Amino acid sequence: MFLTPDDLQALWLTVRLASIVTLILLLIGTPIAWWLARSKAWWKGPVGAVVALPLVLPPSVLGFYLLLTMGPNGPVGQLTQSLGIGLLPFTFWGLVVASVFYSLPFMVQPLQTAFESIGERPLEVAATLRASPLDAFFSVAVPLARPGFVTACILTFAHTVGEFGVVLMIGGNIPGVSRVASVQIYDHVEAMEYTDAHRLSAVMLAFSFLVLLALYTRRPKLGQGA
Amino acid sequence: MAGIQAQFHIDWPGFTLDVNLDLPARGVTALFGHSGSGKTTLLRCVAGLQRAPQGRLVVNGDVWQDDGHWLPTHKRPLGYVFQEASLFPHLTVLGNLRYGMRRVAAAQQASLDQAIALLGIDALLARKPEHLSGGERQRVSIARALALSPRILLMDEPLAALDLKRKQEILPYLERLHRELDVPVLYVSHAPDEVARLADHIVAMEGGRAIATGPLRDTLARLDLPIRLGEDVGVVLQARVAERDAHWHLARVDFPGGSLWVRDGGHALGSPVRVRILARDVSIALHPVLDTSILNCLSATVDQLAADEHPALALLRLQVGASPLIARLTQRSACELGLQPGSKVWVQIKAVALIG
Repeated sequence: MFLTPDDLQALWLTVRLASIVTLILLLIGTPIAWWLARSKAWWKGPVGAVVALPLVLPPSVLGFYLLLTMGPNGPVGQLTQSLGIGLLPFTFWGLVVASVFYSLPFMVQPLQTAFESIGERPLEVAATLRASPLDAFFSVAVPLARPGFVTACILTFAHTVGEFGVVLMIGGNIPGVSRVASVQIYDHVEAMEYTDAHRLSAVMLAFSFLVLLALYTRRPKLGQGA
Repeated sequence: MAGIQAQFHIDWPGFTLDVNLDLPARGVTALFGHSGSGKTTLLRCVAGLQRAPQGRLVVNGDVWQDDGHWLPTHKRPLGYVFQEASLFPHLTVLGNLRYGMRRVAAAQQASLDQAIALLGIDALLARKPEHLSGGERQRVSIARALALSPRILLMDEPLAALDLKRKQEILPYLERLHRELDVPVLYVSHAPDEVARLADHIVAMEGGRAIATGPLRDTLARLDLPIRLGEDVGVVLQARVAERDAHWHLARVDFPGGSLWVRDGGHALGSPVRVRILARDVSIALHPVLDTSILNCLSATVDQLAADEHPALALLRLQVGASPLIARLTQRSACELGLQPGSKVWVQIKAVALIG
């Protein structure tokens, strides 16, 4: 194997982080996307803007505010301390929380688009066929939005793998805890270990390309049209 | 209490729906009117897809909507056929048919089999909706609604999205459904030919209000509110094929009060048909006219006289036995013939359209 044990540990950590974040966002992002796609409330706009914020905000800004909120004097920090969990910054789970915020739009936006393109009609049809709203969501909306779910999960996973700024702010650089692949590459470069940096970078490059290749060559699934 | 009591009030900018209807528990009731007349909104209110803030809806004694009471759509025992077939694209035809059945505790395989046979779709069951023609899709969606054995069937212009050929393909199925099933149907349409063929009752909608409601025959024969089914005022009579003349390719159809010769449409003896007679095709004589090319000459009694749209013209309602007819003639002719309610006259019918 041409990667060092530290590199492998960083890669494994990255994959674990991205998987957990994708799973959590699937649970959190789906209802948000559903609501954004169907609500007519006036505060739909502001909520949509907040969800999209990580797209434009420098990761360091997001990381900074999360650090303050989850820190010893922040509201979340005091809550976690009083619950006996301790402080989240510079832990793996702190990184997970930060990544959930950071990757939120990558889950919500493809899902919202998918839900919007389904329209009202299939759900009305389901209601006339005795399906309750929740039933109709799982038996009609989810199958029809499947391509959107696949896109959203791939994008979320890939985007979490690629994060750097938020990790540095919240996670620091602790081997096995918060030293993900992107940070590991940074370390290699700092230490002038260009060969190691090359190897890990090549892995990341190949991974990113394959993900995008999968996204762009995936044929629209049956059931999108008609 | 049988029947459907529907009372809805909706105020939207530029549109008001204000109806209070008492509809029969049997047969096909057509909600007829131009687009924007509120007929689809009314149907959606009955289905619960649209919530009228003020309303009351009772279907065969069950309260579906009242002050403080609202039964959501999925709890209403109805069938709904949308304008576009709206089949679920991720399910096969059979999957679509079973979707609702799996959610109805009392669903019976027999009603599914019956719906499949009635709509003639048994050869399509394994297909995906994308591999069906427009007409086939709509037949599947009608069967999907029927498979639930609904207490009421709501149809929102089920033929409007289809071309003429597909329409002709589906109409016989709708007529069959009408003949063979006992479920009351609310049928939204702006197409006169569909209403003339299918409806037993009519609710004529205009500007969010019901301007006329009643049995099709009597409502069409009203002079105070002539309802145009298509190009002209006219009546639709229920008749039965009583005789077929193979030599002249004619058929005699009997209606309550008389009989008419029409072009033989290939219907079997005894089969129910409808005939449509337009006011402009009916002329009046005081004596039977013998040497005429017109086949249908009937004795009638003048019932009512009314002004038509143009000051030169008058509309005349006549009774032929138990059936009404409407004739259009000039005011001058009406005056010269001395026509009054009660006058005995002869009507000559120049054209009879056999529908269905």
